[in-house]
Amino acid sequence: MKRLTLAALAAVTFLIAPAIAQEAGQTQQPATAGDEPPPLEVDVVGGISAPMPIAVPYMPTPTSVSTEAGETGALGRQVAEIVASDLKNSGLFTPRGPAGLPAISYPQVTAPDFGYWGGTGAQALVQGFVQANANGQLTVGCYLYDVYAKSELTRQGYVVAPRDWRRAAHKCADSIYARLTGESPFFDSRIAYIAETGPKDKRVKRLAIMDSDGANHRFLTNGQSTVLTPRFSPDYKQIVYLSYVDKRPRIYIYDIGTGKQRVVTESANQTFAPRFSPDGKWILYSMSVGGNTDLYRVSASGGGQPVRLTNTPGIDTGGSYSPDGTKIVFESDRSGGQQIYVMDADGSNQRRISFGGGRYATPEWSPRGDLIAFTKIAGNFRIGVMSPSGSGERLLTNSWQDEAPTWSPNGRVIQFFRTGQGKGGKSTVWQVDLTGTHERQIPTPLDGSDPAWGPLLP
Amino acid sequence: MMKQNGLKIAVIALGLTATACAPKPKDLPPPPGGTGDAGTTTGDDTGGVGQTVVPGSRADFLQKVASDRILFETDSYTVDAEDRAILDSQAAWLLANPTVTVTIEGHADERGTREYNLGLGDRRANAAKNYLASRGVPESRMTTISWGKERPVALGSDESAWAQNRRAVTVIPQ
Repeated sequence: MKRLTLAALAAVTFLIAPAIAQEAGQTQQPATAGDEPPPLEVDVVGGISAPMPIAVPYMPTPTSVSTEAGETGALGRQVAEIVASDLKNSGLFTPRGPAGLPAISYPQVTAPDFGYWGGTGAQALVQGFVQANANGQLTVGCYLYDVYAKSELTRQGYVVAPRDWRRAAHKCADSIYARLTGESPFFDSRIAYIAETGPKDKRVKRLAIMDSDGANHRFLTNGQSTVLTPRFSPDYKQIVYLSYVDKRPRIYIYDIGTGKQRVVTESANQTFAPRFSPDGKWILYSMSVGGNTDLYRVSASGGGQPVRLTNTPGIDTGGSYSPDGTKIVFESDRSGGQQIYVMDADGSNQRRISFGGGRYATPEWSPRGDLIAFTKIAGNFRIGVMSPSGSGERLLTNSWQDEAPTWSPNGRVIQFFRTGQGKGGKSTVWQVDLTGTHERQIPTPLDGSDPAWGPLLP
Repeated sequence: MMKQNGLKIAVIALGLTATACAPKPKDLPPPPGGTGDAGTTTGDDTGGVGQTVVPGSRADFLQKVASDRILFETDSYTVDAEDRAILDSQAAWLLANPTVTVTIEGHADERGTREYNLGLGDRRANAAKNYLASRGVPESRMTTISWGKERPVALGSDESAWAQNRRAVTVIPQ
């Protein structure tokens, strides 16, 4: 069932089966209801409505085993907590538990007590287990049930190294989200961003990465050089970003495996605003020559001559590839103020797509291809989306300064950073979904800016 | 103050006394000493003024020129008459000290997006550089760097702070 068009915006969010009040023993289906009751589903792009109650009890272990990541029973409790947290943070679910729910036994994982769960108000139920395998790996089982239909909706098993146990939890949450919304998953992914400390005139900025929920946080640079605007490579092995090392703002690629970094393209000129192409082969970037800024691309593997893509007087920057790599969206002030333009990947067919009041900046093409996110500057700085043709503009946030959207892997959630006013104004990382109603701050150990959401982990 | 003397000399030389009194946002006083510095990473360290100055040093430059910086209107990189008077005094000093190389920093206020502001800072640095070159300073002695909105000198979120931050600063090595 596709609910991704804007035309569906007015639809109610939860398409819960109207037949759920049927008695379990009832054998006759209403003639108008078809052969099966309507499915338990959640609408991601729908209007304002109550989130779906979903029970997530602690996950038992068949045998308590001590692993390098901890005891399997403790891991089962933590996996359930992560699943509940992911679902809650999507804004589409109100998880019950895991704290406060009765313990379930290992055999009950595949034989839920529907009578009990039906009395809790939960419409869906997640159960699972954590088991240590003889080869040292973990198996995390993940089951989703429709409480009223008393039926299993999906089951998944994830075999992971103990150190990757959190990924298994995110994958479990992803399978539930995908099954109930019809959307692609996104929890099992990472964020690159800039960690910030210090006063605004002496800001120390460090490259950092974390899981999509803020866990497994890691600093990659020490703050001696100002760094900005990171982006993951599609395979997560590299990060391209701007560094002021040697007091020359240039684009570098950081290799996460080796910790080494290299200049992407040698130039006496400032290079900035780097983005990987969807296939990882190219770096799209901006270069300023004598006060004029244009878009270029160069091989991401080093070597080769940069190819100039724009040559109009003005500042052309913020380039972002369409997911199929055939087009580029970018911002340019060639008409006066910043506006959004789309062109073919070779620089041809440049055309302006933003025509509303104010200025438009930092365009980012959704990984689904259906929308372009941007910063709109008209008084406040606000995050918005429009179609690649410029139609259907919608603003999702309204704060003093929200900037630089980045898309979740499934193109349904946007992260950005929010700057506070004045001397003590902090930068913090936030996310909002496409309804604009589910907005929350992403916890980071320091202040944060320039978030960049990577694809679903390979 | 020496800086005011320098400004007066430059203004008289160009016959621009009228514009010097215009109540534009750009005419705001410089930030109080010691609070507007951007540390060692940018050229806003004005320390050393008032002590014994070495000819050709940063302190010498800061004493002799009308100002080490020019200020810009919002989203603009236009060098106006007042800016030209300041840059004329810088050019005179640079021509009198022909071995000194300079870095011209371009900056933007916080009310722009980060990457655009990097381009805007580059425009402003180059606007100052191009004017100095037109007054005879060899381009080979001037490099530019854009800091975008990364290194404000005034930390407020108001028009007076933003006006001070929209700047191109000519930086002499310490």
